[in-house]
Amino acid sequence: MGPDSAPSIKKNASSTEPSGVSVAASYPPSIDELEGIAKELRRKVLRMIFVAGSGHQGGSLSEIEILASLYFRVLRIDPQNPGWASRDRFILSKSHACPGLYAVLAQKGFFLEDELDTFRKINSRLQGHAHIKTPGVEMSGGSLGQGLSFGLGCALSARIDSDSYHTYVLLGDGECDEGQIWEGAMAAAHYGLDNLTVIVDRNRIQNDRFTDEVMKLEPFADKWKAFGWNVLKTDGHDFASLINAFDSARKHPNQPTVIIADTVKGKGISFMENNPAFHASPPTEEDYNKAMLELE
Amino acid sequence: MTSFPMASTREAYGKTLLDIGRSNPDVVVLGGDLNKSTFTHLFAQEFPDRFFDFGPAEQNIMSVAAGLAASGKIPFVSTFAVFGMCRPFDQLRLNIAQPRLNVKIVCTHAGIITGEDGMSAHSIEDISLACSLPGFNVIAPSDSIETIQAVKAASEMDGPVYIRLYRTAIPVVHDDDYVFSFGKGDLIRNGTGVTLFATGSMVGNSLIAAQEIATEGIDCRVINMHTLSPLDEEIITLSAKETGAIVTVEEHYIHGGLGSLVAQVTGKFFPVPLEMVALKGYTESGKPDELIEKYGLGIKDIKFAIKNAYARRTLPIAGQ
Repeated sequence: MGPDSAPSIKKNASSTEPSGVSVAASYPPSIDELEGIAKELRRKVLRMIFVAGSGHQGGSLSEIEILASLYFRVLRIDPQNPGWASRDRFILSKSHACPGLYAVLAQKGFFLEDELDTFRKINSRLQGHAHIKTPGVEMSGGSLGQGLSFGLGCALSARIDSDSYHTYVLLGDGECDEGQIWEGAMAAAHYGLDNLTVIVDRNRIQNDRFTDEVMKLEPFADKWKAFGWNVLKTDGHDFASLINAFDSARKHPNQPTVIIADTVKGKGISFMENNPAFHASPPTEEDYNKAMLELE
Repeated sequence: MTSFPMASTREAYGKTLLDIGRSNPDVVVLGGDLNKSTFTHLFAQEFPDRFFDFGPAEQNIMSVAAGLAASGKIPFVSTFAVFGMCRPFDQLRLNIAQPRLNVKIVCTHAGIITGEDGMSAHSIEDISLACSLPGFNVIAPSDSIETIQAVKAASEMDGPVYIRLYRTAIPVVHDDDYVFSFGKGDLIRNGTGVTLFATGSMVGNSLIAAQEIATEGIDCRVINMHTLSPLDEEIITLSAKETGAIVTVEEHYIHGGLGSLVAQVTGKFFPVPLEMVALKGYTESGKPDELIEKYGLGIKDIKFAIKNAYARRTLPIAGQ
């Protein structure tokens, strides 16, 4: 087996054209359509990691509804002009989960879908951890804990320029073991950055084990509250609640908002769900075929 | 014996930064609760909306600076060298160097002349760390006059820059009409015997050593290597050929500093005997002058190295 033997992707009705302004950007998809998009994104993630022979699937699958909500319903962006100065910023701090981001960027038309098969290969723009050379990627990541601070810089820049763009940062829950997260949390509240929203993909599993076993985060919401944040909790796989939370965060004045999104690691594939073994090990061919069947 | 007037590099920086801020609205300044010491408080007073203090949280500061740079700003980050280069090295590497973002890191209190605060405060690894980051431009100005021009040059170039300054005043070795040329070694004293490559605070002592040793019949060339990355390979190779021996002088650890950089060039293009005047390890509390003497960076140490290099000089010299 190998990249050449990988089955071709079956496109479904919700798939947008690989180039040109995405239909969804002009006509925001309904919740039902978003469910279809989420399945399509999960297929892309699995294929990318299967073809590459490595990559982080667990956290890419848990973040899919968060990414789809943002890219199809929330973010003001232009895939044809990724450097548009007043675009909303989305920063993937948990940069190892870049297959999810690449899938959604391709779906939106930032680059051709065919390019997804180059993930982690030599001469590709799709690096193993997100890098700014990829159209639509805002930050070079790969060491955890830095995205909140980077987003804080974007948000401060918007304030200096009186620009109305909003900055969104997606953190992993295991990533919140990093001290820099709390440096950034303190500073964002100190500067009252209400143009900054953090989402935590609370899938409760980190590299080795469950987060509760590695390092307790609870009472997690209380920690953010104590640091001066507006805290929202939501089901991270429910589009309606996610979109409501994003609306509420954008309107909330004087404080940054954190949305703690309860998710399931490996979401959408029965045997990967909530299983720490699927953080970073790629699927076997058998697993891959089984998984794709579940995503029909 | 010659002596030079003394002046503060950090004060020159603070005033220059304020000037730059007045003419360039994209310049923003970030600090870590040391803003009077770094003289960035001058900028903060006039431009409070473009100045951000984050407390001593250097990892956060560097990533915030990256976010600002990615949004079109020109962030200057200032703190002490040990806190600006050692503490947030991962953020410098990943958030600034790898995407080559336009962040300027200007650190004061480099080297050991920070003095009484002791070894924890003595920054003896920062040149090595900064030069180890691909694409980072690294400048160690030799006096206040060069500092002013280096800071201006940094603000005008695109890409990450590290500038290394000091707590205490250092000798002013240049005249007011000096012109700083980024990336080019600065020939201050010509000579044919031994070439002294010196950087930062050590240029003054190197010039004095060269003058003193001239009376003993050794005619030294002194080149101020203000830019450590990218390195002026041409002037190093040429001087190796023309003088046949080299002494490097720096207020930095012997591994990974100016000596190592020069050896890397001569080793490839024109190997000649090389003596390194540099720190051999960690230090202690003390007055700057006492530390310079005890840890082997004094004028007598430079002269000793010159004599050793001269005795080992490669002959015949090219072109003679």
